[in-house]
Amino acid sequence: MTDVIHELDTRRLLCPMPVIKTQNKVRTLATGDCLRVISTDPGSLNDIPAWCRINGHEVLETGEQGHEVYVLLRVGEDNGALF
Amino acid sequence: MTEATQPIQRRAIALVSGGLDSMLAVKVMQEQGIEVEGVNFFTGFCVEGHTHAIRKKDKDKDKRNNALWVAEQLGIKMHIIDISEEYKDVVLNPKHGYGANLNPCLDCKIFMVNQATLMINKAREFAGDRGFDFIVTGEVIGQRPKSQRKETMPIISQESGADDRLLRPLCARNLPPTLPEREGWVNREALFDFSGRNRKPQMALAKHFGLDDFAQPAGGCCFLTDESYSNKLADLWKARNERRYELDDIMLLKVGRHLRPEPHYKLIISREEGENRFLEGYRYMFTSITTVSCPGPLALVDGNLESEEEVSQAAAIVARYSKGRVLDEVTLEVRQADGVARQVTVKPAQPDDVPLAWNVG
Repeated sequence: MTDVIHELDTRRLLCPMPVIKTQNKVRTLATGDCLRVISTDPGSLNDIPAWCRINGHEVLETGEQGHEVYVLLRVGEDNGALF
Repeated sequence: MTEATQPIQRRAIALVSGGLDSMLAVKVMQEQGIEVEGVNFFTGFCVEGHTHAIRKKDKDKDKRNNALWVAEQLGIKMHIIDISEEYKDVVLNPKHGYGANLNPCLDCKIFMVNQATLMINKAREFAGDRGFDFIVTGEVIGQRPKSQRKETMPIISQESGADDRLLRPLCARNLPPTLPEREGWVNREALFDFSGRNRKPQMALAKHFGLDDFAQPAGGCCFLTDESYSNKLADLWKARNERRYELDDIMLLKVGRHLRPEPHYKLIISREEGENRFLEGYRYMFTSITTVSCPGPLALVDGNLESEEEVSQAAAIVARYSKGRVLDEVTLEVRQADGVARQVTVKPAQPDDVPLAWNVG
């Protein structure tokens, strides 16, 4: 069982805004923190995990609840900030 | 080799749109041992996935973000940056004018390279040797009529502030050597001399690299190159009597059927369930109209209904696009942004009641 520490609501936003919001939120988090992103853009189910894979974050779970989708991730060692 | 004599690992920021050209440009750099990170700018007008995410007819299409997908294929990091607010000035006041529609392509490219230049300057300040040495784009001379002409290439380099730190690997040999070439960070002879609209060289290079899946080339990645979209944006400015927009405005231009029965109001009518759900999210900002007595669309009223006649007119138009279009009467709910709602019953508009001229896009 994973403790969800942070939650990010990206409902109503369309690609790529859920990814941008996720990226910006992750940059404020520490390694090992977990983040649950909720979205109404079904593309988020592909894009956020892809973004995680590229940037070294772990996708713990993805799923759908009605018209919403969610991605649970754990922040990797490099939070992706450029500087 | 001792640590002291090891060559410095050169690093580049690449503008990655998600299309083939920028993908190839990155690959060419990687082949030369350059470490590349990607940057993708979100202007608000990006075609990326928006419609796919909403409409049923596109439900079987990939809903991938192409820039992310490219980054994953190439094994590079990707920074997606929201520049939608700063980008307004590019759209509203393009120094170099528009293309065939409201596309400010040359100003856009200058702006994006400038943003990348600011990024590498800042990165160098903070990260020193772990900063970036130059910028890479997938531009090809003659590929685009406005931003990729031979005369405009130096304008982009100069006005963006990137100067000779801007390298276009796909057409570099048609241009004067840049700093990375002169310094020997990259081998100019291993760069390319592509030009023109013929995409066979890119296709051949993709094949050489074993790349067989990529976003359709030359399909356009910006709604501003689309005539219908540009017409809707021009209509918005005309109706408001000023050239301005918010992010929500330009998002809504991508969705639904847009009809303007009167200069002071426009209806945005959903075409299917997915658009219904999308427009639902805007009901707290607009008066909305939806059918009660039969299945039908959700419509947003952008502007004001100034009389009971206009309320009936708008309701009749919405009813026209409902399952009750052939009935004598349809009941609809007209709900204000604050949630106050009332019902009206109208005869659905007939085809001749909705002139083509009302269609703004």
